[in-house]
Amino acid sequence: MSGVRSAWLALALALTATVLAVVGIGVGSTGWASVWGAWHDPVAAQILWDIRLPRTLGAWVAGALLGLAGAVAQGLFRNPLADPYLLGSASGAALAVALTLAWWGGSPFAAAWLVRLGMTGAAFAGAVLGVALTLVLARGVQHTLRLLLAGVIVGVVLGAARDLVTIAQPDTLQAMQGFMLGSTGFVGWPAVGVMAGALLAGALAAAALGRVLDGLALGEATASSLGLPLPAARLALVAVLALCTGAAVAQTGLIAFVGLAAPHLVRSIVKTTHTRLVLLSAAMGGLLLMAADVLARWLLAPQELPVGVLTAALGGSYLLWLMHRRRAAGGVL
Amino acid sequence: MPKTGAKLLRLVLWGLLALASLAHAQGVQITDDRGVRVALPQAPQRIVSLLPSLTETVCELGQCHRLVGVDRYSNYPASVRRLPQLGGGLDPQIESVVALRPDVVLMSTSSRAAARLEALGLKVVALDTKTAADAKRVLGTLGQLLSVPDAERVWRAIEAGVGAAAQSLPPRSRPLRVYYEVSAGGYAAGPSSFIGELMGRMGVSNIVTPDLGPFPRINPEYVVRANPDLIMIGAHHASNLSARPGWPQMRAVRDNRVCIFNRDESDVLVRPGPRMAEAARLMARCIASKGAP
Repeated sequence: MSGVRSAWLALALALTATVLAVVGIGVGSTGWASVWGAWHDPVAAQILWDIRLPRTLGAWVAGALLGLAGAVAQGLFRNPLADPYLLGSASGAALAVALTLAWWGGSPFAAAWLVRLGMTGAAFAGAVLGVALTLVLARGVQHTLRLLLAGVIVGVVLGAARDLVTIAQPDTLQAMQGFMLGSTGFVGWPAVGVMAGALLAGALAAAALGRVLDGLALGEATASSLGLPLPAARLALVAVLALCTGAAVAQTGLIAFVGLAAPHLVRSIVKTTHTRLVLLSAAMGGLLLMAADVLARWLLAPQELPVGVLTAALGGSYLLWLMHRRRAAGGVL
Repeated sequence: MPKTGAKLLRLVLWGLLALASLAHAQGVQITDDRGVRVALPQAPQRIVSLLPSLTETVCELGQCHRLVGVDRYSNYPASVRRLPQLGGGLDPQIESVVALRPDVVLMSTSSRAAARLEALGLKVVALDTKTAADAKRVLGTLGQLLSVPDAERVWRAIEAGVGAAAQSLPPRSRPLRVYYEVSAGGYAAGPSSFIGELMGRMGVSNIVTPDLGPFPRINPEYVVRANPDLIMIGAHHASNLSARPGWPQMRAVRDNRVCIFNRDESDVLVRPGPRMAEAARLMARCIASKGAP
């Protein structure tokens, strides 16, 4: 039963994403712009192929990375509130990007492959550091409340460290501010390539580890008694989480709530195994961020909203509504 | 003889062709403040400027008509307000910039969008305008880029204006000590900033020491302790000076030795561009009216 529903959901998500991608190619800096001009006008063609298409696809891939990271985090820590932002991994990634900027004067929007990869590597390392700090502070994953508190504390402390780095290097201040708002406006093909690579690796690893997540959902002891290689699998899952968060943060900056909301949305539609949940969450996250990106360009055109502001507003209200509904039904989130 | 004539003709034709190609190759070549060599086949006719001081410089060189788009902060001269606004210098709308098909995009070196625009095949000239010396260099660079000979003359006029403003002030036995607040939150203009340099030219001393950098964030106590003779501040954050802790007792506040610049005046004062002489006059007027012993 759940298999059929998952298949339908996957199909629906893919179809909606395709439609939205077409819309995204049509929505330009001045609202709806001519796609047809691209046939005979080289500049219009360039705008289409080198600006709108990579940013639209880039938004999907970044959202997918965040959705995947969110689903992995929630399964791994058996905590529906876990997301890349609450576990300190995004703050760690952002700190690493700030350090990279301050030391090498690199540009967060630079197009060169090497810069993109270096930035992603640094963000990955920072994300691992953030999660590790959270886990050390929380003394493991058993205690939900402690884990969340530790995540929040690590997020605040690493955020403060990031601010210090930025203040010490005033030249990077402006670049950092733009970066913190989260934007898909500067995503080019190299950034899409790097993120797609990370997404592929992350999705394969997470799908392969789906059984571990299923086992963990039944509790630590049960998972062990099932013969699952818990320590190694946990490390691998943290690596997936860090890779996905780092890759997304390095290219698009801080974009909140997609990682938290995507798995919840999927779970509210279909109850299924973790392998499917992780992949569906990725598709859902991609759809969410792509929709936010199109809206960000469209709402105030020719002005553009930072997409991070939009996801925070939309995702935040969704979660509030979810909390309210659950509480009304007598449960807790 | 017809053979020789044909030969001669061919020679002349070749010569002309060579000349033509030479003239064609005589494009513009400059090195911008990142050290990047930018070569253009001819002086740019369609220019996007993503920094107010660069917009003003282009217009001061008489080439305002070549601008096709500006950033959202460019507001002088008035004619640029009619141009399409392409976002801020920090977060320009890449697509709108590309859609205007500019021959060149002028922007600040601190804007990180240069790389993305260059990846899309646009020519980017990134310039650093922080000090008066920067303003002079930028004027020269832009004069070269736009192929206008006026840069030297424009700079001399600016210099003369600044000099005249400084001359208009009576000599003092002891330099006036001034605090200039550039933005809310206690950001001061340090001596190494453009405003600080101008203060130096006007013969006043800055209460902020050079080691604090161009725009240090200083706390209110620092100002109270320094007890400046004169305070200069922008109107949009000058509303409650006497509400700041310790400030009502400060001599400058008590005796109303405070110059409050409106938004347009602040724009003139904080932009290291061709309106430097006007900035100097504003400052001189303030010193003359509020700084009298």
